[in-house]
Amino acid sequence: MKWLYNITEKLRPHFEEGGKLHAFWSLYDGFDTFLFTPNSTAKRVGAQVHDTTDSKRTMILVVLALVPALLFGMFNVGYQHLLATGQLAAGLTAALWWKAFGFGLLAVLPYIIVSYVVGLGIEFTVAQWKHEEIQEGFLVTGFLIPLIVPVNTPLWMVAVATAFAVIFAKEVFGGTGYNIFNVALITRAFLFFAYPTHMTGDKPFVRIGSTWGWDGGTAVDGFSGATPLTELATTTDAHLMPVDFLTAANGLIPGSIGETCLWAILLGACLLLCTGVASWKTMLSVFVGGALTAWLFNHAGMDNAAANMPWYMHLVLGGFAFGAVFMATDPVTSARTECGKWIYGFLIGMVAIIIRVLNPGYPEGMMLAILLMNALAPLIDWCVVRVNVKRRMNRGIAK
Amino acid sequence: MALSEKTKQAFLGPLNANNPVVVQILGICSALAVTVQLKPALVMGIAVTIIVALSNVVISALRTTIPSRIRIIVQLVVVAALVTLVSAFLKAFAYDVSVALSVYIGLIITNCILMGRLEAYAMTNGPWDSFLDGLGNGFGYMWVLVVVAFVRELLGSGTLMGQRIIPRSWYVANGGFYENCGMMMMPAMALILVACVIWAHRGLNKEEKK
Repeated sequence: MKWLYNITEKLRPHFEEGGKLHAFWSLYDGFDTFLFTPNSTAKRVGAQVHDTTDSKRTMILVVLALVPALLFGMFNVGYQHLLATGQLAAGLTAALWWKAFGFGLLAVLPYIIVSYVVGLGIEFTVAQWKHEEIQEGFLVTGFLIPLIVPVNTPLWMVAVATAFAVIFAKEVFGGTGYNIFNVALITRAFLFFAYPTHMTGDKPFVRIGSTWGWDGGTAVDGFSGATPLTELATTTDAHLMPVDFLTAANGLIPGSIGETCLWAILLGACLLLCTGVASWKTMLSVFVGGALTAWLFNHAGMDNAAANMPWYMHLVLGGFAFGAVFMATDPVTSARTECGKWIYGFLIGMVAIIIRVLNPGYPEGMMLAILLMNALAPLIDWCVVRVNVKRRMNRGIAK
Repeated sequence: MALSEKTKQAFLGPLNANNPVVVQILGICSALAVTVQLKPALVMGIAVTIIVALSNVVISALRTTIPSRIRIIVQLVVVAALVTLVSAFLKAFAYDVSVALSVYIGLIITNCILMGRLEAYAMTNGPWDSFLDGLGNGFGYMWVLVVVAFVRELLGSGTLMGQRIIPRSWYVANGGFYENCGMMMMPAMALILVACVIWAHRGLNKEEKK
């Protein structure tokens, strides 16, 4: 790495105050600190907390945790394509396996590029404009966005939604660490409300046509691109069970790019929990809240397919697991107090299932549930702190 | 005719530095409700301008005779009479617009800009100044509505004043790539657009900052 360090150090004068390329100082500084730890250290006075992780390293861990879901998502995009066009009639051979992955790679890569180019472009511009360092928050957001959109979303819509989210959900609040709402979810919410026909129904989730002109096809007879949750929301059969547990957990079903495979998500969850990046309390309580609510609906005797579906199915279908692991645990927008995390997570799971069951207009409730609880998180924290203060005050009063 | 500095300020102030919507944050409710399309927004702006200007004149002329204990009721009666007139006029001559505006013409009575101007200006100034103040506030309200409605109608419906601007062949349904932004049709987006106008306004009027 010595040669790389030498190059960056050699370039430094050009970007510093008075250099020719000073307009790009924030860009240079961003990459420099991304590659090497800054050599500025804390002063030798007072008490200091030393830790080798900073927010850049933390974010990189989240990105690493997302990689299994991304790789699986790429494969699944291709797999669904082959399935829809009838190419898997003779089973999945090695050649078809690679074709599926290649197709998915070509289909998903543009989303990653668009999301990063637009988001980082805005971040760099704002940082330069306000004479601040580049904030690294978009590293994760830019990676999340491609994973939570349907594969047929037009790229320009993703670009518009990303720009909207980064500007209005993040920069106007003061940038990374100050946002009230999860930026990636705002991107999805914008798409959802602005272009509903591209986000729900049976068209968006499976790409039947070609990717960059490669391997176009037509759907075989009887093919439906609806996600299991869409089927649930639109069916008239009150006891419909769209897929069984293992199929849903294995994730070879239509859905947003990264949300389908439970195992890939759990792999990411393991990394997040082992490194202590995400809170196990939030994660667990989302699942507990969702399971309990769904279990209650199971026993409510309602004439509603989503209510009658076994509770454990709710946890593997749609974006529930993905949201619980990667979105609800976002340290910026979730509750900060330890007790608050339990309440926050539990309510996310609960609200998500309630939306799924009681509102057929929204087959998936995870996005709205997390956004709602993002807004309430400060209130939860406030209450938890107040209760604690009161308890300790009472303790001090002599009996 | 030479206008005194105060008279000029009565008209010009509300257009920019003392704008009722973007500086005083009044009349936001109707600004969200009627700006889905440009035409109703324009009509709403004109209606508010006429009503606030005329009621300002009437109240200003009566200001010495109104007992201060019942002045709010008197103001309301004057405003309500004018609103009823405008509403009836719209129903007679621009029925489709009056349907599009539905209750919002009637709700001009409750528009904070009106009561605000009557209380803050017409009660203490002469009819001519009050008239100009009303006009200024009406136009100040109108330009914000027009800006917001322009963006909302163009991006939300692809039209302007009902005329198609974005060609039909661009749309996904017709084999194109474009799609209207449904967010623009929602009041939430109007709020964000008003915020953007405020943002731009503050950016351009740095010296106004305290």
